[in-house]
Amino acid sequence: MSGLALDPTTPPQKVTASKRVGNFLKLGRDYGIAAFAVILFVVLSLTTNNFLSGQNLRNVLDQSVAVGIIACAGTVLIIAGGFDLSAGAIFAVAAIVGAKATNAAGPEVGIIAGLAAGAGLGLINGLLCTVGRVNHFVGTLATSFAFAGLATILSGASLIIIADASFVDLAGTKLFGIKSSTAIFIVFAVACAVLLNRTIVGRHIFASGGNVRAARLSGVSVNRIVAFGYVLSGTAAGLAGLIVVSRTLSVNDSVGGSIVFTAIAAILVGGNSVLGGEGAIWRTLVGVFVLAMISNGFNLNGIDPLYEQVITGGIIVFAVGADAWARRSRT
Amino acid sequence: MGADTTSEPGAIPIMEVRGLRKSFGGVHAVRGVDLTIRRGTIHAIVGENGAGKSTVGKMIAGVIRPSAGEILLDGREVHLHSPRTAIDSGVAMMDQELAMLSARSVLDNVFLGNETSRHGMLDLNAQSARFEELTASTGFVLDAKTIVGALCVADQQKVEILRAAARDARLIVMDEPTAALDGDESKHLHELIRRMRDAGTTIIFVSHFLEEVLSLADTVTVMRDGLVIQTTPASGESVESLVNAMLGRSLEITFPPRVAPLKDTDPTLEARGLTSIGRFEGIDLALRPGEIVGLAGLVGSGRSEVARALFGADPVDAGSVLIDGKPIRLRSPKDAVRHGIALVPESRKDDGLMMLRSVRENIGLVALRRHARGGFVRSRADRVATSTTLERLSVPTARSESVVSTLSGGNQQKVLFGKWLMFEPRVMLVDEPTRGVDVGAKRAIYELIRELAEDGMAMMIISSELEEILGLADRVVVMHRGRITANLPAAEATEKAILQAAFGMEPQP
Repeated sequence: MSGLALDPTTPPQKVTASKRVGNFLKLGRDYGIAAFAVILFVVLSLTTNNFLSGQNLRNVLDQSVAVGIIACAGTVLIIAGGFDLSAGAIFAVAAIVGAKATNAAGPEVGIIAGLAAGAGLGLINGLLCTVGRVNHFVGTLATSFAFAGLATILSGASLIIIADASFVDLAGTKLFGIKSSTAIFIVFAVACAVLLNRTIVGRHIFASGGNVRAARLSGVSVNRIVAFGYVLSGTAAGLAGLIVVSRTLSVNDSVGGSIVFTAIAAILVGGNSVLGGEGAIWRTLVGVFVLAMISNGFNLNGIDPLYEQVITGGIIVFAVGADAWARRSRT
Repeated sequence: MGADTTSEPGAIPIMEVRGLRKSFGGVHAVRGVDLTIRRGTIHAIVGENGAGKSTVGKMIAGVIRPSAGEILLDGREVHLHSPRTAIDSGVAMMDQELAMLSARSVLDNVFLGNETSRHGMLDLNAQSARFEELTASTGFVLDAKTIVGALCVADQQKVEILRAAARDARLIVMDEPTAALDGDESKHLHELIRRMRDAGTTIIFVSHFLEEVLSLADTVTVMRDGLVIQTTPASGESVESLVNAMLGRSLEITFPPRVAPLKDTDPTLEARGLTSIGRFEGIDLALRPGEIVGLAGLVGSGRSEVARALFGADPVDAGSVLIDGKPIRLRSPKDAVRHGIALVPESRKDDGLMMLRSVRENIGLVALRRHARGGFVRSRADRVATSTTLERLSVPTARSESVVSTLSGGNQQKVLFGKWLMFEPRVMLVDEPTRGVDVGAKRAIYELIRELAEDGMAMMIISSELEEILGLADRVVVMHRGRITANLPAAEATEKAILQAAFGMEPQP
């Protein structure tokens, strides 16, 4: 709150030492996590033999695809002011629906059915948390149970095996030296970033999460925007589910596992705010790769993977704490 | 005015501040302030928005930490790390924005952080007894069990005052305590503040209202650009002298006069029998192109509610809204926007702006469709439109990528106007056009309103500052308890006539 801003004739301030320090802190807040990722990358390159090999890096990238897709859509939703705890359950339902539809009518129908299932369940979340006025955490916690139950019912609690081996092509086709699953992830991440930064819907997403009352009083259909975020999150979970099924050609109801928590962890590690109205896809991507590198590094160095979870937790606390401190110093 | 307390040689001042500085991310809000606060006085701090007066108040109360400088309490240096340590030292703060637990009772809020306990359990009887004492001594009528969220702002303010009193604060910092109060309530508050002073409490009073400061304070400090310009006995100052000191140049608030004569045209927007049960009843209004209608009334008379209803923000129970003589459906603000209606809300922080986003994003929000193709925003068009709007508002265009919360109150308010300016509405409803805005920005906003009206926009302004209504409006509509009690052309709209109507009195010629 500077009085200087009021008077356009005031000459620009001299750059003082404290201002330079302030700029440095701001830079640290904005890009600290990226710097951390680079350092992690260098350390892993130096301490292990295999990390820097093209094969290993492609694997790391490909293993991040499912989490990454869910996390990118989750970022859009969190910026809009929503939160989806049920993405893991939607992931399972869509994978099962996709597998069954493939067996019944072929891979194309299977993919469409899987995505439609994801979008449909996302819409249920969206309606519940907007028109239904249910709190986002409570609503999607409830539907995560319901959808997980739905996955068990649909699968008959048994393993479903896809008979048509061509379903592998969804994730396993080679394109420009990377797998098609990786390509899908890249395209999806770019699409989410463009949506947020270049479109009217994107501006309305930031507005809805940033100040819901101001957004409404500016003619933004907040409910529609938030519901859209849930549909995107559901569809992304469905896409991720289909990709995972495509790798193994088999699926059961426990496929969802803890993927939603890993995705949320990636969003937070990247430095996005859980409060909405702020954030960026690149942050989430950095978060995804930091988590993937940690996991890979533990693996390559032969360290007990149990410690991985402790480290991940520590990094989340650090990232969220840094965000809170940054907010405090801004007020 | 307590001028006799000015000199007590040898007495240690309750607080001394030396070389106090504070910068936020490289911006210096306070640049070396020295203050001496004498015991048992009312010490006002005035200045434009962004002069640093609120920041000084907050540092004194431990809400924010100084970057440099020292604070002496009773002659000893203290480090007020948090509101808690400040309260323990007898310094309390009443914030500009009320800090309340809205879902808890009045009693819980008054004793928040200061609960009476016995063996670790809350002692409700003791608290209730103390509450009775406090209300008796202040003369407030408040039910201890009411949920704070259900109270009007003025009553919530009383809770805040009781809270400071309950903490036995020796020094209370009040930041714009009367901003949300109407005239009568302000008078009550003044009375209370004087009584507290006479009982030995020291008050630091940060305010925009200079008349109020002059009638209340013993000492006035004027700040500008983070520095103290002068500290003088209030008895020797006048509104003009304070404004001059504040601005460093002479600037009288003048209202831009109407240039083109009013034409008798058909109304752009009309309301017929608009009723929302419990809020307002049978509202008939006509807003004509080029005309500024002032909607006056006491706080709580239903003024803002009418504006919100005309904008589709709240549903109505009966009545209709017409644009160009044709009835329209207003289910949400989106419908209103489609019909070219704009609402500049009362609270820019709650209803107006995304405080953590850039100026450009805020300004572009409504009119974005014009700078987009196929749903994609054309960055160039968006940037150009933002710069044009900022120039028109005389906000430095270099500010367009700044986060709104880093702007001064005046510039924030201009951004709020800019959002609708870019949209070019046909009808503009403005609720409190200059709340929390400094003198310079005020004048710019008045000129803008007049200019927009001259260009043919139908304007309605709601204001608690009667001066603003009298200075700007071509016609004044007065509300009292949810009903319109007067509809006066500018020539008949005197202060007396408006006040009589606002209080529901029959007009006495």
